[in-house]
Amino acid sequence: MTCKCGHVDESTKQEALQAAISKYMAVKGGLIPLLQEAQDIYGYLPKEVMQQISGGMGIPFSKTFGVVTFYSQFHLKPRGRNIIRVCQGTACHVRGASKVFDGVSKKLGVAKNGTTEDLRYTLETVACLGACGLAPVMMVNDNTHGKLTPDKAVATIEKYE
Amino acid sequence: MKNLMDKCCDKCKHTPASPCKDYIKCRKEGPICHQDEACKQKRAEILADINLPAGSPKRQVLICAGTGCTSSGSGKLVNKLEEELAANGLTDKVAVKITGCHGFCEQGPLMIIEPLKTFYTQVQEEDVAEIVAKDLVGSEIVERLLYKDPNTGEPAKTYENVPFYALQKRLVLHNCGHINAEEISDYIANDGYAGFVRALFELTPDQVVEEVKTSGLRGRGGGGFPTGMKWGFVRQAQGDKKYVVCNADEGDPGAFMDRSVLEGDPHAVLEGMMTCGYAVGADEGYIYVRAEYPLAIERLKIAIAQAEEYGVLGDNILNTGFNFHLKIKAGAGAFVCGEETALLTSIEGNRGMPRVRPPFPANSGLWGKPTCLNNVETFANVPQILRNGGTWYASMGTEKSKGTKIFALTGKVNNTGLVEVPMGISMRDILFAIGGGIPGGKKFKAVQIGGPSGGCLPDELLDLPVDYDSLTSAGAMMGSGGLVVMDETTCMVDIARYFLTFTQSESCGKCTPCREGTTRMLEILTRICAGEGKMEDIDSLERLARVVKNTALCGLGQTCPNPILSTLRYFKDEYIAHIQDKKCPAGACAALLTYVIDPEKCKGCGKCLKNCPAEAITGEKKLPHVIDPAKCIKCGSCVGGCKFEAIIRA
Amino acid sequence: MASVTLTINGKKVTVPRGTTVLDAAAQAGIFIPTFCHDPEIPRFGACRICVVEIPGMRNLPASCVTEATEGMVVETESPAVVEARSTILELLLANHPMDCLTCEKNGDCRLQDYCFRYGVKGSGFEGRQHSYPLDDSNPYIVRDLNKCILCGRCVRTCAQVEGRAVIDFAYRGFDTKIAPPMDTPLGESDCVYCGRCLAVCPVGALTYKRMAGKGRSWEYDKKPVTCTFCDSGCQFNLNVKDGKIVGVTAASPGPGRPLCLKGRLGLELLYCDDPQAPELKKDGEFVKVSWADALGLEGVLDKMKKLEGK
Repeated sequence: MTCKCGHVDESTKQEALQAAISKYMAVKGGLIPLLQEAQDIYGYLPKEVMQQISGGMGIPFSKTFGVVTFYSQFHLKPRGRNIIRVCQGTACHVRGASKVFDGVSKKLGVAKNGTTEDLRYTLETVACLGACGLAPVMMVNDNTHGKLTPDKAVATIEKYE
Repeated sequence: MKNLMDKCCDKCKHTPASPCKDYIKCRKEGPICHQDEACKQKRAEILADINLPAGSPKRQVLICAGTGCTSSGSGKLVNKLEEELAANGLTDKVAVKITGCHGFCEQGPLMIIEPLKTFYTQVQEEDVAEIVAKDLVGSEIVERLLYKDPNTGEPAKTYENVPFYALQKRLVLHNCGHINAEEISDYIANDGYAGFVRALFELTPDQVVEEVKTSGLRGRGGGGFPTGMKWGFVRQAQGDKKYVVCNADEGDPGAFMDRSVLEGDPHAVLEGMMTCGYAVGADEGYIYVRAEYPLAIERLKIAIAQAEEYGVLGDNILNTGFNFHLKIKAGAGAFVCGEETALLTSIEGNRGMPRVRPPFPANSGLWGKPTCLNNVETFANVPQILRNGGTWYASMGTEKSKGTKIFALTGKVNNTGLVEVPMGISMRDILFAIGGGIPGGKKFKAVQIGGPSGGCLPDELLDLPVDYDSLTSAGAMMGSGGLVVMDETTCMVDIARYFLTFTQSESCGKCTPCREGTTRMLEILTRICAGEGKMEDIDSLERLARVVKNTALCGLGQTCPNPILSTLRYFKDEYIAHIQDKKCPAGACAALLTYVIDPEKCKGCGKCLKNCPAEAITGEKKLPHVIDPAKCIKCGSCVGGCKFEAIIRA
Repeated sequence: MASVTLTINGKKVTVPRGTTVLDAAAQAGIFIPTFCHDPEIPRFGACRICVVEIPGMRNLPASCVTEATEGMVVETESPAVVEARSTILELLLANHPMDCLTCEKNGDCRLQDYCFRYGVKGSGFEGRQHSYPLDDSNPYIVRDLNKCILCGRCVRTCAQVEGRAVIDFAYRGFDTKIAPPMDTPLGESDCVYCGRCLAVCPVGALTYKRMAGKGRSWEYDKKPVTCTFCDSGCQFNLNVKDGKIVGVTAASPGPGRPLCLKGRLGLELLYCDDPQAPELKKDGEFVKVSWADALGLEGVLDKMKKLEGK
């Protein structure tokens, strides 16, 4: 259920969302996993989706919004097909992570948490990816790339369509 | 019977619905319920395939698929190796095993060939054919891929001869990098679940708690609370329902030991949790893993599914009437959820804001029920304690800190990676004997321990034994075990600023001192690094740090000033240099650097002039050039390009 | 019931087991400042202004969530406590507009009172400040989030009424704010303007629009009155200035006392010397409506007219 291509029609997404809501409706503490699944379906969390989730779970919309904005994993706006996360961990910091970030940022023309106009990339930072031995590191989607230089990082992202 | 977990013949009646009490023991020592040489033989053969005995004609290639090695390209090695083995007709004779993290990430991708333990480092796809042709077809070691001592150049044939490993005591990491983490049979073949079986059949729950108390095990997540005592509290707590929760929300920058354990030996964590469940009277457990660890989540899912499939986990485990169910909760990106009450609040589906304690989770935790919460490494210690006894465990370490501790060694150190050492070893041994010292002939300055909650230790404290109490008294803390090494080019004010940037952005915002205080402390540090500090700022920092430490709601808030307090304690002169002299002694704070061209050395080649993005450099050809400090943006582009080393950065 | 005896600032006090240090101090006549503590919905423990010193305890515990125990010794104004409170106040002021002169809550503001108490004149900290736009998107409640100290009492009191929970904490860390869903102005939310949140706000973040500019807090004589529109028995205050009733405000938002807008408007009509026309949301816009409409009496009045007229 990781549709990020944007070609799935609304009704299919809606069906998947309804199925997810039914699955978590009676689960204690089900709000966060449900939001995670909904974000997998839609790529982000539109207002209407959060409203449906709140209704289905019997949770005030204000609380759902509070939860969504608390966790950095949730997004209120559409995101790029490829998510670049440059690690800002201590090891990466001392080995030049900020230069890597600046290099990528300059290449894409977007700042932190920005998405390119063609929805190809979203640029983010992440606290620590736990791959400190390979610092500086970035993650593109689920792939970790290590021992980066700004040039190497730019070359790497170009491989992601 | 293809798999160790399978029945040997129809005489075996074990199913998860109707379990046999001897199921786990039988997999290794069986058959137990009947005598049949053929059955015994078959089991022995399968076991010998999992752990090749010394002198076995068979070979086994272990490829590390930890996060470090995977991103260095170990995934490609597997396919290539299988191709090459097929081409050489070796598929039946050589097994390929994908393992979790072996620890020496710096040298990855790592490959080990059993039974000789030949240890190849930095293996690339194009090396595979040579390894197959020389080592696996013949028996010739590919010397160029062996690890070589950076000082003597001496190659190490097995990993046991590499100093990085030789000085470690790999207890919790015993299986990591050696077993296939996606096969429960590998775990059981290596005595997995034997500790749990002992608890279940030979000990009462109270005796299990006693055994853990005897071991002296303390929480590995940071605080160092005695684990046995915590289990005792939960056991005594009144409640119709109790929970066991594993904190796998490892978020400290620079720490990755929990990730490696989850990826390399997930069943050890499961076994620890199940044993805990039996001891405290809980039948349900949650593992809260950060979402940034997809591989760890995947491995855990596989481990739980396999344990359930074979009846190791579920209802009426091994026909004892003990039930235990496990669920995974993926975090959603909030560092504060590593704090225990915030973690529980998050599992309940709320904003991860910490709650006031007491009541402690042991009495009122998840959904108000008594809850036993420990971290990954703590649970992973439990199987061995139950298997070998608390007294055995307590024989390692110091008086008050028993056993071993895993550290993630990173930063300015030669051998980055995961190390497990007995408590009480000196920091100097970890950094220099195991870590191989500082790269590039630079001078050691400090090691930061315990992440954003910890502090730094300067050179004069490196002989301190590494244990909970010594570290705390030195103003640092064990924390989860990240060790970030810093050399003379690291600025300690900048490091304090870095950690405050982290805690400021991860503060949950609930309590005033942390929400507002981290912001102001960060602003002061940022000003000092930019050369805009005042001497009064040091007093303000000290007061803020003291108040935040004294009044913040949760443990994270109370410890977040530690990086400031410890750098002020040991490196106050660096703060003063930034404020009074407007100099960064380490040369790290860009705003305080000045670039000057030495007219003696400058040949007037014009390269720096071209490289300068700010047009700050002027000069006639073949005459010494000059940098205009007003225009210089201190990017350093000129320095790298100068062949004559004429540009001085100070 | 078992009781415990403790010593607060040298004074012995005996309280039932389970009493907080804060309540024990109150019983001994010792004042401890609080922002987030709400006796109706206790145990939030967020503002930390109520910290005290208890030898033997790590750090300075918050008295609102610390249980009094036998033999406990508490200092409520020790140098460490005073330093902590002053610093917390300075931290709050660093991110708070200093417009007390024109603030509706001037004279009725805890932040102001405590700064006076501890001699905090301003903040020594310079840096980021919030600059949220003023939310006066509705005819009843003005929200100035720049003045909000995030004590969360409004959130908790709102959630006490079944089906409300119109606002909650949103975002994180320094950016935390109290917000309706999607962080819209209050006027675009499902808020019913009951005023419970105004009754508990300790600072000037929430004020009555209909009272704005009509008087200073100390000029009002507050006369309690019980609403009789339904049987909930909600408590309101009539705000009397110079003998005239200027406005009606919600008094105490107890459990089972919803404090509805209709009740407040009804009391304004009944008591105010110069009641302002009510406004209700129609098709998403606030429009002036008749009192009959606002109080839901149009049907009744029509019927009465018909019956009495002919």
